[in-house]
Amino acid sequence: MISFGLTEEQEVVREAMREFAVDIFREAARDADEESALPADVLNTVWELGLTSTQLPESVGGGGEARSPITNAIILEELAFGDPAMAIAATAPSLFAFAINDFGTDDQKQAHLPRFCGDKFAAATVAVAEPSPVFDVANLQTTAQAKGDGFVLSGRKHFVVLGDRAEQFLVLARTEQATGTGLDAIDAFIVPRDAAGLTISEVEKNLGMKALPTVALTLEQVELPAEARLGGSDGIDGARLIAQMRTASAALRVGVSRAVKEYAIPYAKDRHAFGEAIAQKQAIAFTLSDMEIEVNSMRWLTWKAAAALESLEDATQPALFASTYTARECMKIADNGLQVLGGHGFIREHPVELWYRAARTLTVLDAVAAV
Amino acid sequence: MIDFNLSDNDKKMLDYVRTEALVARKYARYYDENEAEFPPEALDEADDYPGAWSMMAGRTSEDSGQSVIGMLITMAENWGDYSVRMRKGRGVGLGNAALGASGTEEQRTKWGGLLLSMAITEPGCGSDPSLVQTTAVLDEETNEWVLNGEKIFVTTGCRSDGVVMWATLDRSAGRAGIKSFLVEKGAPGFQVSHKEKKLGIRADDTATYVFTDCRIPRENLLGGKEEIPKAGSGGFRGVMKTFNMTRPMTAAFGLGMSKASLDFTREQLEGAGIDLSYGADVHGLSAAAAKFQSLEALQEAAELTVLHAAYLSDQGEPNNLEASISKAKGGSAVRTITQGCIELLGPMGASREHLLEKWFRDVRITDIYEGTGQIQNLIIARTILEYDRSQLS
Repeated sequence: MISFGLTEEQEVVREAMREFAVDIFREAARDADEESALPADVLNTVWELGLTSTQLPESVGGGGEARSPITNAIILEELAFGDPAMAIAATAPSLFAFAINDFGTDDQKQAHLPRFCGDKFAAATVAVAEPSPVFDVANLQTTAQAKGDGFVLSGRKHFVVLGDRAEQFLVLARTEQATGTGLDAIDAFIVPRDAAGLTISEVEKNLGMKALPTVALTLEQVELPAEARLGGSDGIDGARLIAQMRTASAALRVGVSRAVKEYAIPYAKDRHAFGEAIAQKQAIAFTLSDMEIEVNSMRWLTWKAAAALESLEDATQPALFASTYTARECMKIADNGLQVLGGHGFIREHPVELWYRAARTLTVLDAVAAV
Repeated sequence: MIDFNLSDNDKKMLDYVRTEALVARKYARYYDENEAEFPPEALDEADDYPGAWSMMAGRTSEDSGQSVIGMLITMAENWGDYSVRMRKGRGVGLGNAALGASGTEEQRTKWGGLLLSMAITEPGCGSDPSLVQTTAVLDEETNEWVLNGEKIFVTTGCRSDGVVMWATLDRSAGRAGIKSFLVEKGAPGFQVSHKEKKLGIRADDTATYVFTDCRIPRENLLGGKEEIPKAGSGGFRGVMKTFNMTRPMTAAFGLGMSKASLDFTREQLEGAGIDLSYGADVHGLSAAAAKFQSLEALQEAAELTVLHAAYLSDQGEPNNLEASISKAKGGSAVRTITQGCIELLGPMGASREHLLEKWFRDVRITDIYEGTGQIQNLIIARTILEYDRSQLS
């Protein structure tokens, strides 16, 4: 049955997240970007919301609520509406923990998940992107060779969010047994921060979302035990993991796009030229209506992908559609939003240039969050 | 709860519609090339199909809402063929949507089974209905409305059994004076005077109507409210409410055809050995595959805006904004998609040996009738800016 209706619980969560994102994230966003650092304690504050632990099983100390990619997509949109950099930082542990939960063996869950159910922010992350202009997640260059019972990882990763403090990395790689390429050939390995052969770079300097610390990883013959391979001998459902990440990125882009739209509207109503508000001119009014159309389109595509994940279907196609579509439209909306503000869009007093840079960064990243 | 899965009942209905739609498609080229002829009222091969609309009874709360399934059926029918689908005895005209949105219970019972067209546009008025010149005057002695005026671009106007038409009770009242009337073919003084020749949807006739002292019963005023609301009281919105269903439905017409275009293009590209699978990032795709997938995503996005508008209607929630969003999105998406499909197939796409070039012509009306894309943008902009017509026109 086709339905766009949120559950009562989802309505409550959305409201709470919207308020939190505006009060906490939006307030701090400009200074954080200028200082290229997350506000002190923001991660512990956000940890109290239980974004990661709520959907982890009771057996590891979690809230025991059903995993809901739809609810998570709703949450990510709201958090990114406040600030995408902080939204990503705050949910980076979920990237790691949800993957362990969804694809890990019982032993892996017992070993790694309790940490995410405590009082303090537990930093962990996933390493997907590789520094190449032709990076393709379906054709990873990071490899895992079998050695004895274990594996040896080699390769390079970058744009690893929260890598400056993550205690563990889930590193995506191709095992040499896996034939060919494709999403099914993806494997994931749990790599501790202190693994021999793992080099972690300084914090990277990026175009947008400067408050979000990212690092590069160099893996030189990193030797790992057999239990480091997520899912054990079965490995993981790579297509599903990527679909989760693509859907999450799409949700973030909906949030950023909505932020731009909702900032541009009152601005255009306030700003007067030639005797009337610029919003009264069709060139501006239609730019804004197009944003409204596209924010809607983007959100429904995102929800459709999240719903496919939630009902455990193959979500590869809807997630790809959500990802590519939102990437293009988010950039366009940020671009047009800046144009509506004119010179003021270029000035750092307004947040639009921040979203413009964030959009260009976010729209090339598909692996910075999970639903 | 957010859900995009069809129920078994939904699927069964849509399977029926698609099977029958493919029968209609066999006739598509013939009636495109022979514009002067009307498609038959019944297709022999389709006799076994009960028609999806007659299967509406017996649906449960597990199934998609009536408006939602209506949009899906509409898309599936148009996926077969836009024009041949419109046959007598089926309430699938735009006027039927108006009847559903604004008619009284009695009117819906009496007129629901007829094919109803919708007549708004006049020689001197298109996007701005406040300029409607056709008049309706009540003859209290006979309890009849007397209609006078001319309507053009009436879709399915020749074949329809009747029409929902707009006329003004009082020109000086502007938009507030406009009412919708149900007029049956054969009413005295009602003449179908002309049939247009068009770029596309050729088998779906487009007519000109002339009303000369045309008399219709008093109860044929759609919705039954005879009083003229005060200016600014929003009374005109009652008339415009019709659009909250016809606009998503019009988008659904076009999206059925653009879906057909995508299906054909996929078949051809894959037949030529182009890999269109969904696994890879954009870097891993051929240019044709990347382009094709972006068109598919656009199709999906536009379909979802239609379903969203319909969903709100099923919930009894206002959907004025969402109806315009779906119409604007659908209208522009079908242009991009069909143009893109031809681009992908090259000269083959432009050949009349295949239906793609026909779909490309047929969908072009989507962004024009039932309010152009620009009008939809105006409505959306006014809504989000909280402007009235005097502040943004």
